[in-house]
Amino acid sequence: MEYQNLFTQTQVTGPASHGVPINDYDMRERTKTIGFSHLMGRLGNAQLGPLYLGRLGVASLIFGMTAFFIIGMNMLAQVNWNPLQFVRKLFWLSLDAPAPKYGLTFPPLNEGGWWLIVGLFTTISIMLWWLRTFRRAQALGMGTHVPWAFASAIWLFLVLGLFRPVLMGRWSEGVPFGIFSHLDWTAALSIRYGNLFYNPFHMLSIVFLYGSVLLFAMHGATILAVSRFGGEREIEQIVDRGTASERAALFWRWTMGFNATMESIHRWAWWFAVLTPLTGGIGILLTGTVVDNWYLWGVKHNIAPAYPAIYGTVADPALKAPAAPVAQGDKK
Amino acid sequence: MKNWTQKITIALGICAMTFLTACERPPIDSKQTGYRGTGMDQVSNPRTNEQLAKLNELPPPMPSSPDGPKASAVYKNVKVLGNLSTAQFGAFMVSMTSWVAPNQGCTYCHNVQNFADDSLYTKTVARRMIQMNQSINGNWSDHVKTTGVTCYTCHRGNNIPQNVWFNTVEKRGGNMLGNTNGQNNPLVGSAYASLPNNPFGSYFVANASAARVIGDTALPTGNKSTLQSTENVYGVMSHMSHSLGVNCTFCHNSRAFSSWEQSTPQRVQAWHGIQMLKDVNTNFMDSLASTFPDNRKGPSGDVAKANCATCHQGVNKPLLGKSMLQDYPFLAPSNSKPKEGNQVAKN
Repeated sequence: MEYQNLFTQTQVTGPASHGVPINDYDMRERTKTIGFSHLMGRLGNAQLGPLYLGRLGVASLIFGMTAFFIIGMNMLAQVNWNPLQFVRKLFWLSLDAPAPKYGLTFPPLNEGGWWLIVGLFTTISIMLWWLRTFRRAQALGMGTHVPWAFASAIWLFLVLGLFRPVLMGRWSEGVPFGIFSHLDWTAALSIRYGNLFYNPFHMLSIVFLYGSVLLFAMHGATILAVSRFGGEREIEQIVDRGTASERAALFWRWTMGFNATMESIHRWAWWFAVLTPLTGGIGILLTGTVVDNWYLWGVKHNIAPAYPAIYGTVADPALKAPAAPVAQGDKK
Repeated sequence: MKNWTQKITIALGICAMTFLTACERPPIDSKQTGYRGTGMDQVSNPRTNEQLAKLNELPPPMPSSPDGPKASAVYKNVKVLGNLSTAQFGAFMVSMTSWVAPNQGCTYCHNVQNFADDSLYTKTVARRMIQMNQSINGNWSDHVKTTGVTCYTCHRGNNIPQNVWFNTVEKRGGNMLGNTNGQNNPLVGSAYASLPNNPFGSYFVANASAARVIGDTALPTGNKSTLQSTENVYGVMSHMSHSLGVNCTFCHNSRAFSSWEQSTPQRVQAWHGIQMLKDVNTNFMDSLASTFPDNRKGPSGDVAKANCATCHQGVNKPLLGKSMLQDYPFLAPSNSKPKEGNQVAKN
């Protein structure tokens, strides 16, 4: 039963570990106090800290918190500074992108100006945080896999809020900052551009997303299942397999004829995760810029099946309407 | 250790149960309405249906004989129902009172000293509304079919139908902060979504634009519809869905919302409904702008207008499809063919 538990079953505590010393500057930036938390140890390592703040971290937090604060103030103003209404309507409130009429210009603050400022600050904050992960990885002599995986997510973020709006020629295509409003944006984008499910890059992104989930489940399950044989010593077992790896590998060869190795499973997982936003971002970038209706694109390329007309012939009634004065914004 | 795990389990269990109270309890009925694989089906809750059946019971009918002297010959100042028999006329007045002003009675519209007097604005409105009934039943059979409408379809015992809309005054909150953009507020108009709160003015009045935002070519060929106009359509569609108690697939194959070929016939009927609303709101409601007193008007001084919920009130056929016209045949002209030229612009 032990391995089926959600929480860490073994907590090894020892003296606080301050980590490898690197240089004086580096040591100065690390927090000195180290805490221990049994509850955190249930989920991860019981030791909290040292935290490395550094100039990039401080700058990133300042920009990020400013953006967060501006969004919060905008939302509070929308409910007349009423804290109860703020809590009640929090999921509905939103800082929206400028109206289409403003194109790529800077609109008045109350009509999307704040949205642009928040977008800029968030982008700066995220970029600085990316640099921070890169520099910290280098400082520890690690590879830069984490920053590059993060960069993949940043790519999607930039496509949504910067590259695509610029290519479309209007900030109004950007994503609003709000809980429900960004979900509505997602649905509206799919509806406007004829159903994103027919976008092949969206398909790929879903494959990698669900694939990531599957790989995560398979890998987690495998290692937990052989932990009684020391299976969690994965790095050593890349070169020195041992009985845990042998059993895990044999299990997968028995059940599906093929197995990943202690090294390759992590490469699989990394690439699946990285390709999810990478392909998704390509799909979004193509939406509206080079493809206007993904469903019709799917029909054109024979990936959308035709269904029998079980309702008989249903035709656009506007085409049969009697000759009447053409109204504004007539049908397209 | 064990004790601790149990506490967490209990806490999570209570959370889960609290969240579940927001759900409708099973069993829920679902009925496939489209070709297999398209996911087109209608979901209904039999317990909600029971409540709706109660809410949509017809009021007691009041049939009357068309024989006898005409109302116009007996009463003064009868402008729209003059060809009714006095029996019909009296029965209809009683019915109307019970449908629209059950608490106030005759005095809601009439000066009791002189019933022919037009001094009360409600009487002028009522007269115009009778004409509206006749116009809907006569010209809009594409939408109301032979079921038709009566005052009761919308009023249900209320002076003002429970579901009407006014133009909203946009809340911009100064030049600095607080612009809600006409959305992001859970109101019934957009089915409690964060979509635009009052999309009706864009579609339900004459000369309004069409709700067609999706392009009809795979590659961009000039469709400039924005995401904002798409959200507006989304808002009005959510209103339709919410008002009729149906989901998107009642009319659309959701893989291609704009495709008429893949839509159900109900979508055509709904389209005629939108055209009907343009006629009703512009030619009947707006024409009463100078008649209504200020306290009956909206924040920007406009009259109350109709949307889908005004008649439908949560069911896809108002009053569950039961017609009241057989007892009030004078609300529908004898020829129920749509008259050309008396309709607002279609698009």
